[in-house]
Amino acid sequence: MTTALTLAAQVRSGQRSAREVVEEALTAVAAGDTELNAFLTVLGDEARAQADAVDAAVAAGRDPGPLAGVPVALKDNLCLRGSPTTCGSKILEGWRPPYDATVVGSLRRAGAIAIGKTNMDEFAMGSSTENSAYGPTRNPRHTGKVPGGSSGGSAAAVAAGFAPLGLGSDTGGSIRQPAALCGVVGMKPTYGRVSRYGLVAFASSLDQIGPFATTVEDAALLFDVLAGYDPLDSTSLPSIPEPTLASVHGGADGIRVGLCRDLVDGCAPDVVARVQQAAEALAGAGATVEEISVPEFAYGLSAYYLIAPAEASSNLARYDGVRYGLRVDGEDVAAMNTATRTAGFGAEVKRRVMLGTYALSAGYYDAYYAQAQRVRTLVMQAFDRAYESVDVLLGATAPTTAFDLGAKVDDPMAMYMNDVCTIPSNLSGHPAISVPFGTGDDGLPVGVQVMAPALGEATLLRLARVVEAHAPQGAGS
Amino acid sequence: MSPDDESAPGRVTLSPDDVRHVARLARLDLSDDEVELFTAQLRTVLDHAADVAALDLAHLEPSSHPIALHNVLRPDEPRPSLDRDEVLAVAPDVEDHQFRVPRIGGEAP
Amino acid sequence: MSADWEMVIGLEVHCELATATKLFCGCRNSFGDEPNVNVCPVCLGLPGSLPVLNEQAVELAMRIGDALHCEIRPSEFARKNYFYPDQAKDYQISQYDLPLNTGGWLELPDEFRVGVTRAHMEEDTGKLTHVGASGRINAALHALVDYNRSGVPLVEIVSEPDIRTVAHARSYASELRGILKATGASDGRMEEGSMRVDANVSVRPAGTTAFGTRCEIKNLNSLRSLGRAIEYEAARQIAVLESGGSVDQETRHWDESAGRTESMRSKEEANDYRYFPEPDLVPLAPDAAWQERVRAGMGPMPSDRRAQLAAALGGSPTDAELDQIRAVVDLGLDGLVTAAAEAGSPASLALARAANEVAAQSEAGLSLNATKFVALLAMESGGQLSATQAKAVLAALLERGGGDPAAVAKEMGFEALGADTLSAVVDEVIASHPDEWERFVGGEDKLMGMFTGEVMKATSGKANGKEVAAELRRRRG
Repeated sequence: MTTALTLAAQVRSGQRSAREVVEEALTAVAAGDTELNAFLTVLGDEARAQADAVDAAVAAGRDPGPLAGVPVALKDNLCLRGSPTTCGSKILEGWRPPYDATVVGSLRRAGAIAIGKTNMDEFAMGSSTENSAYGPTRNPRHTGKVPGGSSGGSAAAVAAGFAPLGLGSDTGGSIRQPAALCGVVGMKPTYGRVSRYGLVAFASSLDQIGPFATTVEDAALLFDVLAGYDPLDSTSLPSIPEPTLASVHGGADGIRVGLCRDLVDGCAPDVVARVQQAAEALAGAGATVEEISVPEFAYGLSAYYLIAPAEASSNLARYDGVRYGLRVDGEDVAAMNTATRTAGFGAEVKRRVMLGTYALSAGYYDAYYAQAQRVRTLVMQAFDRAYESVDVLLGATAPTTAFDLGAKVDDPMAMYMNDVCTIPSNLSGHPAISVPFGTGDDGLPVGVQVMAPALGEATLLRLARVVEAHAPQGAGS
Repeated sequence: MSPDDESAPGRVTLSPDDVRHVARLARLDLSDDEVELFTAQLRTVLDHAADVAALDLAHLEPSSHPIALHNVLRPDEPRPSLDRDEVLAVAPDVEDHQFRVPRIGGEAP
Repeated sequence: MSADWEMVIGLEVHCELATATKLFCGCRNSFGDEPNVNVCPVCLGLPGSLPVLNEQAVELAMRIGDALHCEIRPSEFARKNYFYPDQAKDYQISQYDLPLNTGGWLELPDEFRVGVTRAHMEEDTGKLTHVGASGRINAALHALVDYNRSGVPLVEIVSEPDIRTVAHARSYASELRGILKATGASDGRMEEGSMRVDANVSVRPAGTTAFGTRCEIKNLNSLRSLGRAIEYEAARQIAVLESGGSVDQETRHWDESAGRTESMRSKEEANDYRYFPEPDLVPLAPDAAWQERVRAGMGPMPSDRRAQLAAALGGSPTDAELDQIRAVVDLGLDGLVTAAAEAGSPASLALARAANEVAAQSEAGLSLNATKFVALLAMESGGQLSATQAKAVLAALLERGGGDPAAVAKEMGFEALGADTLSAVVDEVIASHPDEWERFVGGEDKLMGMFTGEVMKATSGKANGKEVAAELRRRRG
């Protein structure tokens, strides 16, 4: 698959037209997505019109942007004005937002072309995309397996070659884990580095939008377009982002890598082996690699499964049948709210809304929610201590390779365990990336995870590039 | 049942009645089977969280944010509002340019 | 109220801030526009929207805190979660554990101090119209929601339960209104809803210190309603207790036409608001420099202006003058009186005319030219116009929104009565009441009134009462 970097160069130089690139992508989707179900909405006409605009800019000698003509798959929890934005839920079936997410505007100005909205676990709650109200997405590497979640659609779209770039959202690992399971690059930026305005909220203090790509270089290219201050988001970081693309080939020399046992032990042996291999590769490439233990990470899963549902229970209260979305009638407003939400939400969403409501309710707040936020402080302090002796951390992304569709749907706790390696950096707000690194014993992709301190994306991507360069053959595309 | 009784910290006491109560607060209607299923599932999650509930973290402040920003403000300057027709076009029920809802059962909290 | 019982009152006042835009978005903060024209993703709570705090709202909230002698301190926003159709997100962004202003007080004109527990910031709800038989909520068939008001900035001011009388409750509300207007934070219009007062009322046996169960009374649209409702509610609670019952803690709705409070307890259990820190906003901690600017920029409060006015009057106002001073300051007419006193007008005359005649047309009074007011007062105090005539000229000036006092007086036929004319009239009156005149000369001073009245009647009110009295005394010898 041609990379975004190459495609953009070809379009900018006039060598290829954006229209041609987009038609190729749309054709691939039409041919391959019936089986995969990566897309909920395909934006054929809109994409063609945008491509024509890019081509007109090129013809007129205007700068069409760094992503000129590059097709992008957008997770369906990103608001795209006038297009359906369902969040994988029945309760927003057919809803068309009257506004664009900030990142959508950034992509447009960069010349990128949104070719469709991708499938996801309902309201981003899940690790397999099986919680979508519109059917699961299948893993392009093995269609009997899950693509991971919650951004399974975007990961699959990129892995299947429908688009070189995708956007997802990551709250507990929802970009990195599907990236690992599908064999593509997936990154979660520093919290606040990319605007959340227009991202339908799941857990506000954890959500971040991030890139999917087939190469680390492409991920850097897309990240540089997305990053930056947004006055419409109070949690947006005011500092000017350090560009990452220019330094991505800087190598690993002098970087201190901490191989974090707590993010490796407990994973499947084939995953552990790949992480070990990646650590050795980094050492060979000039990094200093040492083992490091951060036992506090073990508490992350429990803290996350109190904080995220608590915030979600509040964020999802607005789906009440009054202003938009599904309405199921009732004899009074309360009955209407209840009938609407009961019909519109799937089981996992209901489960987490109730869990979150319980964690916040009178008498339980201090034991659960407040305590979980103290664990968050604990984890943040543990990270700070770790980064006194190392520059980046290395670990697994997901504990196993992709599992069978249907294997974990009846066991929520087993499903939650998929996030154990990714959650700590959501709690701390630090950036992290999953890089494809070989396969497991079953021939399915394995991803290794690199984590860096806040605002350390340049270093993160540089290290990720080294990992990628040493990946065993047959991993990514 | 409140956790403020003598039970060991973190011991989960979630009952089907708790689940029904919480469902009501969240405007969700559950069948009896669902109540049973959700009670069991939520108990499992909360049991797992018992390790966290049992930690002595009194010396730590809860963090509601991973970032250290404060005083983020915007100037008191008008920005364009949405087009009313576009807003009401997606509303489930509209009357007199307003959102229409069934009668309300009680006074605002 | 029976001497056996004491009423205990606390007041909660919600005050709409006079900002140009809403608390968390740039929609106009405007009353009376077409429904749903001042809305956006933020104040409609659309999926993906985020709040950003209005700087001017913070400035005004700080002014209120300073005016109420509060401590302004680092604060946090919190979500108050409950379902209601006028609440766009089904949670309200408010302040809970850490309000902006705490620990202040308000001194009433009679020097009684009421403690102010807190004054925090929060957003307003949309407006509901109940459609049905009587427009009252209980008989409604359906409801309509207008979100123009959703997100308007509010400050909620909570008093300590220090008030013990209806008079003080009304005085508190009135004084607070004057303070809010003086800070520029609000126009304080109860009837328009920009200042909403709820009363917490309980009773206890006189002389005891334990608090009784309190009820919150809502829907008080004027000072008069406030007084009537408190009286009714206290009496209701006393009746309940005296008959052996107990008072239920609840919210009650004041019905102005029926003259009673009614229980509004809904069928469901009491709300559990599940407060938690608002993750989409960051803490608010105005620095010392900002607080100092607020303090330095504060103009005179009503109490300062009353004191200034009293000083301009020579320092020891009578009770009647104190009432006049209060009225004049409340209406914003003190500047007029002070200007007149400084220009040499008799201060108590200026005060009386302002408190009565100008107050009757207070809107116009605010633009009454001080020089003209001084000129008119001079005409009265100099004897060219009687009191009656001066009042008439003043009323005319106010009605017309301008004019020259002398010209208006002439136009109304109020020429000063020449000394000869007066003398002739007095001769006539004495001649037609010989017996009474003899008695008056003999010492019956009370006949002064009768003779003065006769002279006034004979001159159609044109005579100057003081001059008439002086002339009569002169004749008597």
